Amino acid sequence: MVTANRTWDGVVIYRTAAHGWSAELAGAAIVRTSDEARALLAEAVADDVGAVGAYIAPVEIKNSGAIKPGNLREHIRSEGLTIGPSVPA
Amino acid sequence: MYAYDELDRTLINERVSEFRDQVKRRLSGELTEDEFKMLRLQNGVYLQLHAYMFRVAIPYGTLSSKQLRGLAHVARRYDRGYGHFTTRQNIQYNWIKLAELPDALADLAEVGIHSMQTSGNNTRNVTSDQWAGVAPGEIEDPRIWSELLRQYTTLHPEFSFLPRKFKFAITASAHDRAAIKVHDIGLRLHKNAEGETGFEVLVGGGLGRTPFIAKTIKPFVPGRDLLSYVEAILRVYNQYGRRDNIYKARIKILVHELGIEKFAQEVEEEWLQIRDSALTLDESVVEEVRSRFSYPVYEKLPHLPDELKKAAHDPLFERWRRNSVFPHKVPGYAIVTLSLKPIGGPPGDATAEQMDTIADLADKYSFGEIRVGHEQNLALPHVARRDLPVLWKALDKIGVATPNVNLVSDIIACPGLDYCSLANARSIPIAQELTRRFANHDTADLIGRLHINISGCINACGHHHVGHIGILGVEKNGEEFYQITIGGRADENAELGALIGPAVKYGEVADVIEDIVEAYLALRARPDELFVDTVKRLGVEPFRERVYATR
Repeated sequence: MVTANRTWDGVVIYRTAAHGWSAELAGAAIVRTSDEARALLAEAVADDVGAVGAYIAPVEIKNSGAIKPGNLREHIRSEGLTIGPSVPA
Repeated sequence: MYAYDELDRTLINERVSEFRDQVKRRLSGELTEDEFKMLRLQNGVYLQLHAYMFRVAIPYGTLSSKQLRGLAHVARRYDRGYGHFTTRQNIQYNWIKLAELPDALADLAEVGIHSMQTSGNNTRNVTSDQWAGVAPGEIEDPRIWSELLRQYTTLHPEFSFLPRKFKFAITASAHDRAAIKVHDIGLRLHKNAEGETGFEVLVGGGLGRTPFIAKTIKPFVPGRDLLSYVEAILRVYNQYGRRDNIYKARIKILVHELGIEKFAQEVEEEWLQIRDSALTLDESVVEEVRSRFSYPVYEKLPHLPDELKKAAHDPLFERWRRNSVFPHKVPGYAIVTLSLKPIGGPPGDATAEQMDTIADLADKYSFGEIRVGHEQNLALPHVARRDLPVLWKALDKIGVATPNVNLVSDIIACPGLDYCSLANARSIPIAQELTRRFANHDTADLIGRLHINISGCINACGHHHVGHIGILGVEKNGEEFYQITIGGRADENAELGALIGPAVKYGEVADVIEDIVEAYLALRARPDELFVDTVKRLGVEPFRERVYATR
């Protein structure tokens, strides 16, 4: 998948198959080859007004078909802080 | 407090207008991210994992109550209700929206605060001792000179595009609370044999990938020559500092590669050209800056007032007083450290409500002044000792009276992988777990002074190299590991810590730290031998044996 931050507010976003952006990982376009990934990234980077800092990131596809972040960094970006309830919401 | 003049106010307001226009052009697509990136960085705006991060400068760690309320307002209105105080006397907001940043900057400008040069390859926020002006035995208030440096370096055209970032720190006390030996330039105010006030100038300190302790380049530079000497250093760095490799671009690498003698010679030659120039600080200029600092009119008060005698019967108050209250240069007054290290909490964070209440308490008990220390705690610098019991109750009510200042749970930590795009591993959850392990204040008192510093990557924002115990997060095959060093220190006897053994997994860090502390308790020569002194005396080996024998 390809992820970035939304330019105006910095929110984490994912490139969709419909050539747009989703704030949900579930909406991300999943690609399986490096050529597909590069093409998706090129499309994302071209949207310089809408998104900033686009890059290719790994995902894990569960048996159920659910998409999960492929590493801890993406897990934190997708699910939020791991530092517990002591941080004010 | 320093009162900004019209020039300062105009400069800040013009900067807000300029950035407002830049943001507008970025959001409309007139500026690409490549074009905009340097502009936002020059205003302290980074892109982090979840959002933009906004870093605001608190020059030499001094805030008025009005300014602290301004910081609280930004946290509440534009962020998620809290801010994070950093190891360089800045505050960072983690959830700021780019579209709202110009308004946030404008609101801060109203209280004389800005974010200029909190990022980018320029001279950063000038930091100093958080006890400046009130510490007993201080040569003089180092903030006078910090302010002169702030004015000199702000938007300095020659030094706005240095090879890499550049950090100053100044102290005027024998005990260094400003960590000057791990800064690009460290300045120690002292008097020479003739009784003249000047600076020992240290250069080339820094942490990160290649840590170095700063070396003395000149034992004494008279105050009048401070700017010309600093300019000579910056010129030599600007000319010879490497721009081809970001990892070798800091002045510490140049000093290391040239050698301190050769570097000093280059600086001396440059200095001779500019020493007696417009940069010479006329006493009237210094006096003008000095006159813009206002100082409290202290009362004549007893050292041991009745209120304090009465409160001494409360063991909780007494524990806090012994831990968090420090001597003041004026009899009857005290410096009070406010711990931003609650048990189980993220180090250095403060909510908008806490900031507002602290501002109110500063008005009531500290002549409206607050200080920010590099240890990520706050301080009230002018508290009458008679007010300590009532102040303690108020601080305790908002959770900033944990009696753990300088103890094992007073942990310095960077934001780590929970926030930072550079991080390889998490810092804050490690700190939280450690504070829970050492939550018992009796145990912490028994252990004594012990600084734990945690960084989530080699950039070392948590200053792990100079922690008595340093913890560095690294990533191996997608998993978080932590390298642990012991014996570092950031004070006047600054040293880099030594690696104790192989890196350990995330879930093992707290156990290893507990083992290190237990080893210390068993190995120390006497109860008042500090952890760092035991390591100095015995070296790493006895600790390594005890900690890794069963692993």
